[in-house]
Amino acid sequence: MTVRLRVNGIDRELDVDPETPLLWALRDALGLTGTKYGCGEALCGACTVHLDGEVVRSCVTPVRRAAGKQVTTIEGLSPDGSHPLQRAWVELGVPQCGFCQAGQIMSAAALLAKKPKPTDAEIDRSLSGNLCRCGTYLRIRAAVKKAAGEP
Amino acid sequence: MSESLRVVRRSFLVGLGIAVGGLALGSFARAEEPGGPGAKGTAGDGLRPNVFVHVAPDGLVTIVCARSEMGQGVRSTLPALIADELGADMARVKIVQADGDKAYGDQNTDGSRSVRMDFARLRRTGAAARMMLVTAAARRWKVPAATLTARDHAVFHDATKRSLGFGELANDAAKVPVPAKEAITLRPLSELKTVGRELPLVDGADIVTGRAAFGADVRLPGMLTAVIARPPVVGGKVARHDPSKALAVKGVKRVVALPAPKPPFAFQPVGGLAVVAEDTWSAMRGRKLLEIAWEGGDNAGYDSPSYRAKLEAAVRAGGRVVRDLGDVDEALAGAKRTVEAVYHAPNLVHAPMEPPVAVAKADARSCEVWASTQNPQSARAAVAKALGLDEGAVTVHVTLLGGGFGRKSKPDYVVEAALLAREMGAPVRVQWTREDDIRHDYYHSVSAQRLVAGLDGAGKIVAWQHRTAFPPIASIFDGATYAAPGQLAQGVLDVPLSIPNVRAENCEARAHTRIGWLRSVANIYHAFAVQSFLDELAHARRMDPADHLLEVFGPPRTWSPADLGVAELPNYGQPLDEYPIDTARHRRVLERVTSLSGWRGRAAAKRALGLAVHRSFLAYVAVVVAVVKDAAGKIRVDEAWIVADCGLVVNLERVRSQLEGAVVFGLSHALYGEITMKGGATEQSNFRDFRLMRLHEAPRRIHVEVVESDAPPSGVGEPGVPPVAPALTNALFALTGTRVRELPVVRTLAV
Ligand code: FES
Ligand code: FES
Repeated sequence: MTVRLRVNGIDRELDVDPETPLLWALRDALGLTGTKYGCGEALCGACTVHLDGEVVRSCVTPVRRAAGKQVTTIEGLSPDGSHPLQRAWVELGVPQCGFCQAGQIMSAAALLAKKPKPTDAEIDRSLSGNLCRCGTYLRIRAAVKKAAGEP
Repeated sequence: MSESLRVVRRSFLVGLGIAVGGLALGSFARAEEPGGPGAKGTAGDGLRPNVFVHVAPDGLVTIVCARSEMGQGVRSTLPALIADELGADMARVKIVQADGDKAYGDQNTDGSRSVRMDFARLRRTGAAARMMLVTAAARRWKVPAATLTARDHAVFHDATKRSLGFGELANDAAKVPVPAKEAITLRPLSELKTVGRELPLVDGADIVTGRAAFGADVRLPGMLTAVIARPPVVGGKVARHDPSKALAVKGVKRVVALPAPKPPFAFQPVGGLAVVAEDTWSAMRGRKLLEIAWEGGDNAGYDSPSYRAKLEAAVRAGGRVVRDLGDVDEALAGAKRTVEAVYHAPNLVHAPMEPPVAVAKADARSCEVWASTQNPQSARAAVAKALGLDEGAVTVHVTLLGGGFGRKSKPDYVVEAALLAREMGAPVRVQWTREDDIRHDYYHSVSAQRLVAGLDGAGKIVAWQHRTAFPPIASIFDGATYAAPGQLAQGVLDVPLSIPNVRAENCEARAHTRIGWLRSVANIYHAFAVQSFLDELAHARRMDPADHLLEVFGPPRTWSPADLGVAELPNYGQPLDEYPIDTARHRRVLERVTSLSGWRGRAAAKRALGLAVHRSFLAYVAVVVAVVKDAAGKIRVDEAWIVADCGLVVNLERVRSQLEGAVVFGLSHALYGEITMKGGATEQSNFRDFRLMRLHEAPRRIHVEVVESDAPPSGVGEPGVPPVAPALTNALFALTGTRVRELPVVRTLAV
């Protein structure tokens, strides 16, 4: 079956089982490997993407649910890595291994789109679904604030 | 130098500049690519003094990173150190990741060894290139080499204001004999711009844009993906199976049986059935539909609660004496009072954010592998052995690692990919699911320890007895049931105790699962027990825990093996005269952490503090943790301070980030981390039941201080971890009056 969706601004037609999780459609069928597999059960957030601007865990989102919708992945967050979050992430040296960071940034980007000046509690809530085994949490918090222009 | 290169250069020196993307960073091309270091040089293609450095005639300097990057920053640190010694401009340096090859020396990226083992060695590789370039310039100008300096990618004759770029000199320099090791002169430390600095993150820009290539991101034409059903119990086998439902899944190509391993298991794959498919999802679905009856084997009786009872019985009974000073029995018999405690810590799983993954391509004569591996040489050897090939016929490329923590220095998953690639006649990627990772790890050992102290009439500690029981790492190699001295030198043999009678014993413990090394290894449970027990003793003796620790460490001095009561002390593979046990350094980190955290004024606050100090991987680390109770009675970690003396530091920024990460890693395990076995199988399966600390549970602040030190560089990646758990449980005692002697804390208190 063919599923039509728009990924990072480009129309795509995918010939996959419509129950395939969006994660594997992105990674295996489209070669967009910036979105990561970490648990497959919506427990870690490594696979976070935006579906019409909303955060979804692509590992548990069947690709059919993305039909006719806009999918944004880390590759499409900004044309050149210049999103304020991406800049703040590099400036504060947030990543350690880096594997969780695409998911962290995508969760944070959805938050900032809605709440340009989030409180600490809002940052905690929005990012509590994103695990970081390397323990970069404090820099993540600081980088979200920096990107939001908060002290 | 063009203006844009100047800008890049400046930002490199200033620190975390976003501008470092630029010309040349972050390639994962193969080391032997044409023109790269390690290639066979031809006349006219520049200078190759060794396998780490190549200076091309166009001025591009290529530097090899031979260690694996997993977040600790080796790719941002080691090549910069070589470039610094050489005098190269990082904006014209290309970093290439090494394949697994003995030509690079040790590449095993664990044991917190990269900087401590490579500092001088890597500097010599850059210095050799520099000396050859300088000699070439001296010949050209007919001036003494001593009048020349190499900096900013060129050799300068300051007296005549002349300079020649490295590129211009490269071909002539290639004709200069490579200096012998003894003839190489290093720059004085004060000249090195990378030492003690904050260096930019080489892969940062790629990571935040999704371009960074991890093991799971490697794609080869015609590549298949395998997901494997492995025996739930180590040593178990497939008794019967029916693949028909799995094979009916669209995209599934074959179900392949993997050989059952023979003990000792070492780095062999554990066997099972692989579902090989065109894509990951089909392989995962196929595996779910496999019908398998498993045979449990020898370890099917392994249950965590009864095993714990066994370990605790062992530490009550006693074991082999491994440290002995004075006469503990007599001192205990004569003591006015004894204090005793038994501690328990569970199995833990590495759970790197990227589960193990490898891609292989193989035919009858050769094999090429791309793997997220900490140890490409051992992966190469293991693949060669499994396929019956010479090591020379096996190539192992190293990708970025999405975390390692010790898991990815065991190449079982790389061997799986190699076996399947040969069987399928096509490239195969083996993807471990999170469930696979949690259920089939090389687990951190479960342990029990018993500590007894004797106090005399004046309350002085006159005797110390420490017994430890844990299935040792060596069990995977030779079935060992007693620990090797190296594991006991992680918090049993090496703790300085100003106590006249000291004895430590190692009790027997047989492994029933695969045991491996996890970030900071045996230090985790040993520091937990020793630093908890010292806190217990401080309370028993009505002393401030900080003063008490200072008393036990004793006056500032170095400790010989005889002072410790041991014949020999494995010292993380490094000589004691260079890296002594020095209580001046224990004291210093303790004093800094107590002053930073307001330890002495803590009684006035509504929160409670706990302290612990531990030396591991040759670094001295002190931690204070502050805990609070919220209105609902739930306890949370409010703040943490970590002070480390890691000797000489190269990339200060990555040292700090490692220490921050270590606090979270340590807290996460201490609060929630636990793996348990039932019928030999792991009970947990994913982050639902192997709980990790999340953002909202992390401390509000973590303060890091790296003390300035001119001691030789120590390890950094691991030593932040061990003091965290006891600092936490000591704080919890101060807050609640409950002494947590078993980890994780969540078993005892609501956190
Ligand atoms: S992979 Fe989707 S939440 Fe973990
Ligand atoms: S940076 Fe490694 S898991 Fe977050």
